[in-house]
Amino acid sequence: MEMIVCIKPVPDPKQAGKMTIDRETGTMIRRDVPSVINPLDRHALEASVRIRERHGGRVTALSMAPDDVLPVLKESLARGADRLVLLSDRRFAGGDTLATACVIAAAVGHLGTFDLVMCGDETTDSGTAQVSAQIAEFLDVPNIMHVDDCGVSPDGDLRLHSRNEEGAFTAEGQTPMVVSVTADINEPRYVTLMDVLDSEGKEVLILSADDLPLEESWIGLEGSPTRVLELFEPERKSRAEMLSGTPAEQAAVLADRLRRLGFRNG
Amino acid sequence: MANRQPESRIWIFAEQRSGQPADVVFELLGKARLLAAAPGWKVGALLIGHNVSGTAALLENRGADEILVADNPGLEDYRGGNYLAVVDRAVRNYQPDVVLFGATAMGVDLASRLAARLRTGLSAHCIDLELNEKGELAAVIPWPGGDFLGRIVCPRHRPQMATVSPGIFDVPRSDFPEAEVLTIDGALNSDRGFYRILEKKPEERKPGDLENARVVVVGGYGIGARENWALVEELASVLGGVAGATRPPVDEGWVNADLMVGQSGRTVHPRLYIGVGVSGHLHHLVGVKGTELKVAVNQDTRAAIFDHCDLGLAGDYREIIPALIAALKEPRAGGDL
Repeated sequence: MEMIVCIKPVPDPKQAGKMTIDRETGTMIRRDVPSVINPLDRHALEASVRIRERHGGRVTALSMAPDDVLPVLKESLARGADRLVLLSDRRFAGGDTLATACVIAAAVGHLGTFDLVMCGDETTDSGTAQVSAQIAEFLDVPNIMHVDDCGVSPDGDLRLHSRNEEGAFTAEGQTPMVVSVTADINEPRYVTLMDVLDSEGKEVLILSADDLPLEESWIGLEGSPTRVLELFEPERKSRAEMLSGTPAEQAAVLADRLRRLGFRNG
Repeated sequence: MANRQPESRIWIFAEQRSGQPADVVFELLGKARLLAAAPGWKVGALLIGHNVSGTAALLENRGADEILVADNPGLEDYRGGNYLAVVDRAVRNYQPDVVLFGATAMGVDLASRLAARLRTGLSAHCIDLELNEKGELAAVIPWPGGDFLGRIVCPRHRPQMATVSPGIFDVPRSDFPEAEVLTIDGALNSDRGFYRILEKKPEERKPGDLENARVVVVGGYGIGARENWALVEELASVLGGVAGATRPPVDEGWVNADLMVGQSGRTVHPRLYIGVGVSGHLHHLVGVKGTELKVAVNQDTRAAIFDHCDLGLAGDYREIIPALIAALKEPRAGGDL
């Protein structure tokens, strides 16, 4: 099975508190916050690698990102991807979900035939959850989101279990398909030093806009229908009344207030 | 009237499963009706499914001018491509200026593909919408990674599209004039883009569900480890409430994604909210509405959460929460007299 896993470098969610926003441009000022592979994308990688381990094939990690995050993205090779393809071009910058999905779909097409494109359900930075479905639309193949189990039936179809707020369903579909996964699909493997060393010789391919069948008007800011009009502060801000004293004293005051407001009856 | 074209349309996608409209459909109708206050604007509800005439009846007095119904056995279940084909054709035929979807599993999937097919803009998980006199939609979203909101516009492409988080807008009255019901083409010309559904299980709504909980205790990244999560649950349980989470505990795998409260999770309306180890990003806070008392426990006195709540406890939650649980469990002094 020929599989492509879309991965995105995001600011380390554990250090999100250190980041600020440039209010004029709307861009994140990352300061010293390092990038990591978006957590759900690791689950997507793991799912694809497991399918390859059972059914054979190839796993390509694919990312659109500035080339200075290449070392971070190489973790995908240690996690079992056979090769890494980085789409890096200044002209990709400023793209909304439509422009991003357009570039990724063009790259998937450029890499040849595929059976499965896997993504994480959403990213920790922008979290729109729109890109996987839009990639599928540009590739003109079906997609399923919120997948928490993925297998291959004896006749080579994909068998997927998806769960959302309305319920769960099991679906079967022919490849090629785009699937996005939740954290419930698997527990990503622990990466050892041996995995890292073993991955050193794997193929890394860097492509620019010129390598792909794209028009300038489809990519980056130019290819993005949405615009940020402005950033503003929300109105309702009220500074909390801060309790004082030891933890036990503060807890006692809160418990008393909650009782008086009727939140604890027994 | 004179300077507006008579046919400006706001459409909402009337998501239904087994004939039951999603709650967010009514919320979207209420907002669309307000946005369409200017003369010349019409609100349309796009209803897709099989045997949905009863569903149309449920929507007809809720603020829509017209309900556009595509009814076809092939539309019984949502399978991506089948609904997309119908919505795509309807949008091309009627050219609505604005199309709104609930930010549900179905709404996000369908809206994303439709926006890509039409090559137009889609704002995700909006918490407010504004329409100016030129018919330009501004979608308000919590800006990633900070304490700002952003206004997103789609200046050159139509329709202007947005998904709206459930629970954000008010449900409209049910005494609006009856909407006109129009039948639109629900034919499926190919089965491209479909998958087969082998089995489905509807989610059982639990009474203790977050959306309806009177008390919600939310744990954040400050909880620090999966084994400490029990404290959040115990406090919720002592208060007769439900535990929720911000995004990081979900990403860390401490809790299931179902518990996430916020822009891309659930919207809660508790009387009491207690945030434990919650930093206070807007992504989370926009999912907490209509609270009577908001309490935060955080070690960092500069945490943003203290700017968004009524009562703050600064200190180590591992000391405060057990003490609070113990104090709440104590029999009320003099309570029996």
